[in-house]
Amino acid sequence: MKRLSELMEGETATISRLEGPVRFRQRLLEMGFIRGVDIYVEKYAPLNDPIEVIIKDYHVSLRVEEAEKIIVR
Amino acid sequence: MIKVAIAGNPNSGKTTIFNRITGTRQKVGNWPGVTVEKKEAIVRHCSTHGEEDICIIDLPGTYSLTPYSIEEKIARTYIVKEKPDVVIDVLDTSNLERNLYLATQVVEIGIPLILALNMTDIAQSKGMIIDEGILAAGMGAPIVFTVGTTGKGVSSLLDKAVEVAKGKAPRSRHIHVPYGMELENAISEIEKSIEGDPNFNDQYHARWIALKLLEGDEDVKDIVTREFSGAKAILEQTDTSRTHIKKIMGDDPEIIAAEFRYGFINGLLKECLKIKTKGRIDLSQKIDLALTNKIIGIPIFIFFIWAMFGLTFSLGAYPMGWIGLSIDWIGNIISAFMADGMLKSLIVNGIIGGVGSVAIFLPNIMILFFCIALFEDTGYMARAAFLMDKGMHTLGLHGKAFIPMIMGFGCNVPAIMATRVLESDRDRKLSILINPFMSCSARLPIYILLAGTFFAQHAGMVVFSIYVLGIVMAVVIGQIFNKTILRGRSAPFVMELPPYRAPTLQGLIIHMWERSKQFLKKMGGIILIGSIVVWALSTLPKDAPLHETYLGKIGSIIEPVMEPLGLDWKGSVALLAGITAKEIVVSTMGVIYATEDEHRLGTALQSSGMTPLKAYVFMVFALLYIPCIATFATMKTEMNSLRWALFGSTYSLLLAWVMSFIIYNCGRALGFG
Repeated sequence: MKRLSELMEGETATISRLEGPVRFRQRLLEMGFIRGVDIYVEKYAPLNDPIEVIIKDYHVSLRVEEAEKIIVR
Repeated sequence: MIKVAIAGNPNSGKTTIFNRITGTRQKVGNWPGVTVEKKEAIVRHCSTHGEEDICIIDLPGTYSLTPYSIEEKIARTYIVKEKPDVVIDVLDTSNLERNLYLATQVVEIGIPLILALNMTDIAQSKGMIIDEGILAAGMGAPIVFTVGTTGKGVSSLLDKAVEVAKGKAPRSRHIHVPYGMELENAISEIEKSIEGDPNFNDQYHARWIALKLLEGDEDVKDIVTREFSGAKAILEQTDTSRTHIKKIMGDDPEIIAAEFRYGFINGLLKECLKIKTKGRIDLSQKIDLALTNKIIGIPIFIFFIWAMFGLTFSLGAYPMGWIGLSIDWIGNIISAFMADGMLKSLIVNGIIGGVGSVAIFLPNIMILFFCIALFEDTGYMARAAFLMDKGMHTLGLHGKAFIPMIMGFGCNVPAIMATRVLESDRDRKLSILINPFMSCSARLPIYILLAGTFFAQHAGMVVFSIYVLGIVMAVVIGQIFNKTILRGRSAPFVMELPPYRAPTLQGLIIHMWERSKQFLKKMGGIILIGSIVVWALSTLPKDAPLHETYLGKIGSIIEPVMEPLGLDWKGSVALLAGITAKEIVVSTMGVIYATEDEHRLGTALQSSGMTPLKAYVFMVFALLYIPCIATFATMKTEMNSLRWALFGSTYSLLLAWVMSFIIYNCGRALGFG
């Protein structure tokens, strides 16, 4: 079990759980961050925040503090 | 007339479809009470069902209809309350799964839905093959394939909309997303209580209300409380069910419901979607290797900003000159044909002079908005936000807020209009309120005059320090507002980085023109009135010398307030006149000291008792105090509130006074004259 924010560029993992307030989790779900979905870390921004990931074949960026709430395996 | 609403995810090509349908007939305004853009148009459509007027509304782009963000609230309230005849959901076919999520929520509300499967060209190149029949049956909605960028399928989309609105389309079955036993039981129980309520009518779908209550939806709770006589019992029942589900399923019902929706979509896509080839080359990814690169990403971004700036102000300088000349020419013609007198002075100096000084910004504004439309329509804006988010986040702002802030150094009017790239109402208010601290080019002549006169060799450093002070003030005030009046919950950053797309010329021109048009409208309104008022104050009573005009008298009245800052009535009057436009500060000083020549004006200032310290304080005050009328008017329209605009002006005036006071007195204590 790891946090998405602990992954390196180019690593892939599978989403296993979301943490944080309901509203935040629901927003992530709506954007496709569902249990069992593969997530690929494309790159970190020049100042190391936010992160760009690929999920369900599309690119999303999220802040490191948000990526910390996504538990992957 | 048929009412059609267009819904869809951001970046699904919704706006391109809307532009295709409506062309330039769009009416752009704001949704009531918020700063989110509302676009609508009435078009006449001929089909086999005859001619029909269709009123089309472009709803804000959303991923969902949970009423968390303002955009989602607007979209959902519109669908639920206004009950359009048809909702067209525009989907990015190449990303069907996520795009269908919104569609399931529209279906649940129970309004007739058409799915516009857009960007089918891209989907095809990805090797996606869609079984239309299965998808349509599964979603309970007819399907039209479109390519927004070429206009393909847009006409049949309207045909279908008319057909569905008139009930001539084969009736689609109303589908239910299955939510699993636990949720379904709870839903049907709440549904029963709702249907049993004496005040229940077919205005809402009982199942939808029940589901939303179970999901803890505050807006629907309000509807129930307001409209149903048995509201208390229904809400208690809901709470019991929610607790029960949380205990058994181990999570909140809204989370479980979202997962079931995706489950439903997944099941459907397994049946109707085949992907032939995989592993195509992702061109966007390649482009981003450079544009969001760790090392060269930010320099490239700065280059783009510099280029946009350069274009806006250097290319814009030519038409600016022509407009300036024509305004002078009109003024001269009127001067020649009218007898001297108050009316002539009003028209030439008041109206033409005042409005003209703002009208010359039109070319800059058009170029600037063309560039911004280019950034937005290609998808680069999301990358800019990605690059700058870290820095802006410390200010409590979204990465996208960087561009409007930078633009402020040119002119705050287009900069404040550029805050439209921000989706959240709170972010927009915050960046609008601190934008005037980005010292605009109109303030530069003041610094050049004063720094040049009083600081000789160090003039450059002094002017630079003023700019830095502005930025520091923006950061400090931004932090304060972020923690106080604009605290609010800032929305999660989670942002899609859409594939790069070639923009359509039509789209670029519509976006540029719609925004420029609002600038023109403003010139005819508040700026015209403002110019007339200042003209009247500085000319009346008739033939009086400046210090005896109303403006001069106001100057003497406020002099005691300005005295602690080391400023006399002359400085006060110049600053006061500068409210029309900051350029006027220097020209007013010219009038007061009765000299047009800038060099002699400097000498006059020196002999009038102004010291380097006082000059610096004057610059600080000019930097921070009330934004000019044009900026004020823009703040009012963009925040859709006179109160916020007044607040913005008042706090900056107070800040200007306090900062000037501190600097003046510290300076004196340190022994500077």
